[in-house]
Amino acid sequence: MKKVINAPGRVVEEMLRGMELAHPGLLRLIPEQNVIVRADAPIRNKVALISGGGSGHEPTHGGYVGPGMLDAACAGAVFTSPTPEQMLEASKAVDGGAGVFYVIKNYTGDVLNFEMAGELAEAEEIQTDYVVVNDDVAVEDSTFTSGRRGIAGTVFVHKICGAAADDGKDLAGIKELAERVNANVRSMGMSLTSCVPPESGEPIFEIGDDEMEIGMGIHGEPGIERKNIEPADQIVDDLLQKILGDNVDFTSSGDVAVMVNGLGGTPLMELYIAYACVADILKREGVNIYKMPYVGEYMTSLEMAGFSITLLKLDEEMKGYLEAPCDVAAGRPF
Amino acid sequence: MGAVQATLSMIREMAAAMEEHRKHLTKLDSEIGDGDHGNNMHRGFQAALERLENTNPQTLSDALKAVAMALIGKVGGSAGPLYGTAFLKASTTLSGKEDPAPEDVAEAIEAALSGVKQRGKAEEGDKTMVDALTPAAKAAKEAASSGKSAAGVLRAAAEAANEGAEATVPLTARRGRASYLGARAEGHMDPGAHSAYLLLDAAARSLGA
Ligand SMILES: Nc1ncnc2c1ncn2[C@@H]1O[C@H](COP(=O)(O)OP(=O)(O)OP(=O)(O)O)[C@@H](O)[C@H]1O
Ligand SMILES: [Mg+2]
Repeated sequence: MKKVINAPGRVVEEMLRGMELAHPGLLRLIPEQNVIVRADAPIRNKVALISGGGSGHEPTHGGYVGPGMLDAACAGAVFTSPTPEQMLEASKAVDGGAGVFYVIKNYTGDVLNFEMAGELAEAEEIQTDYVVVNDDVAVEDSTFTSGRRGIAGTVFVHKICGAAADDGKDLAGIKELAERVNANVRSMGMSLTSCVPPESGEPIFEIGDDEMEIGMGIHGEPGIERKNIEPADQIVDDLLQKILGDNVDFTSSGDVAVMVNGLGGTPLMELYIAYACVADILKREGVNIYKMPYVGEYMTSLEMAGFSITLLKLDEEMKGYLEAPCDVAAGRPF
Repeated sequence: MGAVQATLSMIREMAAAMEEHRKHLTKLDSEIGDGDHGNNMHRGFQAALERLENTNPQTLSDALKAVAMALIGKVGGSAGPLYGTAFLKASTTLSGKEDPAPEDVAEAIEAALSGVKQRGKAEEGDKTMVDALTPAAKAAKEAASSGKSAAGVLRAAAEAANEGAEATVPLTARRGRASYLGARAEGHMDPGAHSAYLLLDAAARSLGA
């Protein structure tokens, strides 16, 4: 394992310290809790949005904290959900009296810990509600699994609900909007290589030099199919077939937000190559791409090579909130 | 040895087991999960030791509660809230019982199991820690009613948990991350079921069984 780190056991703490130092005035850390909050939190009478999950997905989650998006992000150990204690401290730090809304990705651990946090927060008279995002079409949703996983589509929930909270929407309204976004967003990813979590120092799975896995999750959970690598056109076609074949009708009238998300080890060059294929196929299928697509790294998996595609069917309200301004670390090239 | 002392040495034994088997648990979790179970459990029991040191509990029940709070507070993942709930339920049933009878120990294991099932909504056969804890609770009850000591009850529970964990090998997972694997999870032991055995085994050993 070769990484720019000091100690494998301290990567999360040291990363967060770096983020706080890099974004003074925007972000602040709650000491000892690995929780990043907006520097100006709590905002009175605004619903506070909290997300969180395992670390290793940067800029998710801390990179989305700031005006117009999240009020706080709880960072767990690498690929491990944060704890109810962290979520409770985050809730206390950002609640402005209008309640706290948790954006949870559908993994057993994340759901269990946020559920417990909600119970603890309610005991402290903080109103809470939540959405469990499950946009990954690679996993079948059945009573025999923990359901579909939450992946890059979650970032759209952060953005749209964050803007709505700024706009004064109440807790019930945010919940309804979050469920609506989740119902209209679908994603699927693929990967070419594994990644190495610093603490174990070992790749999380084996994959041959000439192989790829279609439908791979962001923690290396298996996908649908392991096969020999193919040209970008073919890979994109595979992913989009599955997304378009799912139960959201992206082809009927209306606009669709599109994200091509790199998993950490795939250069922007390749993401644009993939996006060109996405644009061609969507045109052919009669899907209307809304304004500028989102091409870049939004939810990564350490240094894994690969990418995911996300489509979100927009309504007028979502469009307004998608375009509203925000100020977050992840969106600050200059 | 008083009950609090016995509980403390039990927790120390559990922490040592989590340290010793950290790599192996993580390896099991890499095969069908996300490769963090050993680290999670190790982190949790280190936090439990620290908390016991700082809070200096005076009753058996408070000692178990301190462990529960440490696991809930410091682990994350699925295992943190699930084992945390297990210890919390055990602590509640043992409240006021400073010299627990074998039946009380069996009842605590049963309470731990029902806490895990309530929180995680898994049933036996879903390839989770429930598959180790269910036979463990049953064996503990039988051992208690056949006149075994508290240590004997824990030993019986541990043996049954071990068999239960072994029996997860051919199963398809229906809860947790391993459920995404479908048939590919078959042929691997569930890491949480194995850690449940290791904890019960450590508990039995700490009482000399
Ligand atoms: N719903 C559940 N009920 C009972 N046990 C569960 C459940 N989900 C997962 N587990 C147990 O937790 C173990 C995994 O714990 P771990 O510490 O690795 O947390 P995790 O990586 O967050 O788990 P997961 O990926 O399953 O959400 C599994 O081996 C299984 O025994
Ligand atoms: Mg795990």
